Amino acid sequence: MRRGRAAVAGLALAALAAGGGAGAAELAPLTAQPGDPARGRDVVRDLTKATCLICHALPIPEEPNPGNIGPNLAGVGARFSAGELRARVVDATTINPNTVMPPYFRTEGLNRVLARWRGQTIYSAQEVEDVVAYLGTLRQP
Amino acid sequence: MRRTSRRPDAPPRAALARLLAVPALLTGLAAAVAVAAEASHEVEGRRSGWLYNSPETQALQDDEFINPGMFAVERGRTLWSTPEGSAGKSCASCHEEGSMRGVAARYPVYDEKRGGLVDLTTRVNLMRTELMGAPALGYEAADMLAMTAYLGRESLGMPMQVAVDGPARPFFEEGRAFYFARRGQLNLSCAQCHDDLAGRKLRGDTISQGQINGFPIYRLLWRAMGSRHRMFEWCNTSLRAEPYPAGSREYLSLELYVAWRGRGLPIETPAVRR
Ligand code: HEC
Ligand code: HEC
Ligand code: HEC
Repeated sequence: MRRGRAAVAGLALAALAAGGGAGAAELAPLTAQPGDPARGRDVVRDLTKATCLICHALPIPEEPNPGNIGPNLAGVGARFSAGELRARVVDATTINPNTVMPPYFRTEGLNRVLARWRGQTIYSAQEVEDVVAYLGTLRQP
Repeated sequence: MRRTSRRPDAPPRAALARLLAVPALLTGLAAAVAVAAEASHEVEGRRSGWLYNSPETQALQDDEFINPGMFAVERGRTLWSTPEGSAGKSCASCHEEGSMRGVAARYPVYDEKRGGLVDLTTRVNLMRTELMGAPALGYEAADMLAMTAYLGRESLGMPMQVAVDGPARPFFEEGRAFYFARRGQLNLSCAQCHDDLAGRKLRGDTISQGQINGFPIYRLLWRAMGSRHRMFEWCNTSLRAEPYPAGSREYLSLELYVAWRGRGLPIETPAVRR
């Protein structure tokens, strides 16, 4: 069971590494366990995890003061497939090399990461899945 | 506390039309002060952090009787003429009153003797250790910030103008490369925020151009004064990037590039920032 999950994650990462550019616009699930949208809603608000709210508005009434650097994510679940959303959360530079959106599931090719965070991703694989599941529920523009 | 009303010559005023175009954020006297100040916070598209502050924070900076950074300036003024160290000298023993005007505006400089860049902090420490027989002070030591705030205030209103040619050139290029390099777990460069996103909201914060004409600043978040290098360190660690030590070659080169990038902006030490 464990091994299988790791293999799926490994495959997805290999696709990302090999694909780059447009080829990586869709990404297979990183874990065998489906994402939990309720958990994802908590994860995107987590201040210790480079919260999406720094840059994006989200339809979360308790968060009235988001940044306005990226587009409003309301309705994003209707605009993108789960695979496309996953690719953006994992590493948005594969879609736009100049993006300011941080890579939430990448450790390679980063410059001078603080010792405390070196070799670690911002999100765990399961957190990526939870966030993707949550984004999928945002269907109202 | 003694507050001298000595203010340097007002910087050249922009056209009256531009002043009138500024939306009136405040009323009465405060508005007049704010508008007069507005004229000197932007030079050819280079914009002081003052312009991105709330009217309250702007007013706090502009009134030297309530600006919390003025405590440091006054302390620095006292230290200037207080003998310290084994030589029994004060700064005033060797430097005339008013002789520091304009100095802060052209730092950091290339220093022949040291073969590298020297910023104001390092210069003060060289004076202390080589000419006064006094110990060096840390970058964020209260008395160091007091002295650099005093020296900065002596250049109030003068345009930042650093030399980037000749022997300073390689350092300048290093600083420029630093500024444009992505770093940290968040994988962002200084330029991505301060060139491309100035004016946008990063959550509750409005991103400024990251100019350094107000340093050392009184930062409300820190409830304290802080140096240029402390600010670099703060931005680096916010990106979860390993910072460099204050006074390092990397930060001195970055400081030179950032000062050039803001060339012409009047010194407004001690600035108050969020
Ligand atoms: C530092 C700012 C920043 C942060 C933090 C950030 N993003 Fe983004 N995001 C952007 C920008 C800017 C874009 C626009 C596309 C581009 O420039 O790459 C974007 C685009 C997107 C898109 C595509 C939206 C569209 O309509 O095209 C999605 C989905 C997205 N982000 C999700 C997220 C999620 C989920 C998080 C948190 C896990 C997040 N972003 C965190 C800046 C950010
Ligand atoms: C013993 C005399 C002496 C004392 C005491 C002294 N200085 Fe100096 N200072 C000099 C001389 C000489 C120079 C120019 C040569 C050099 O840089 O060493 C100088 C240069 C400077 C400069 C650089 C000016 C420029 O144009 O780049 C600054 C700033 C400065 N001093 C500040 C101070 C401060 C602040 C103190 C007190 C903490 C102080 N000095 C104490 C003699 C002195
Ligand atoms: C994620 C965006 C971001 C990045 C990247 C970033 N900063 Fe900042 N910086 C900020 C914010 C937010 C502030 C506080 C509000 C303001 O003044 O912009 C700030 C403030 C500053 C200030 C103080 C400006 C003033 O008026 O007092 C300086 C100087 C500065 N940054 C320099 C840098 C440098 C140099 C780098 C690269 C090492 C850098 N920043 C990278 C977001 C960023």
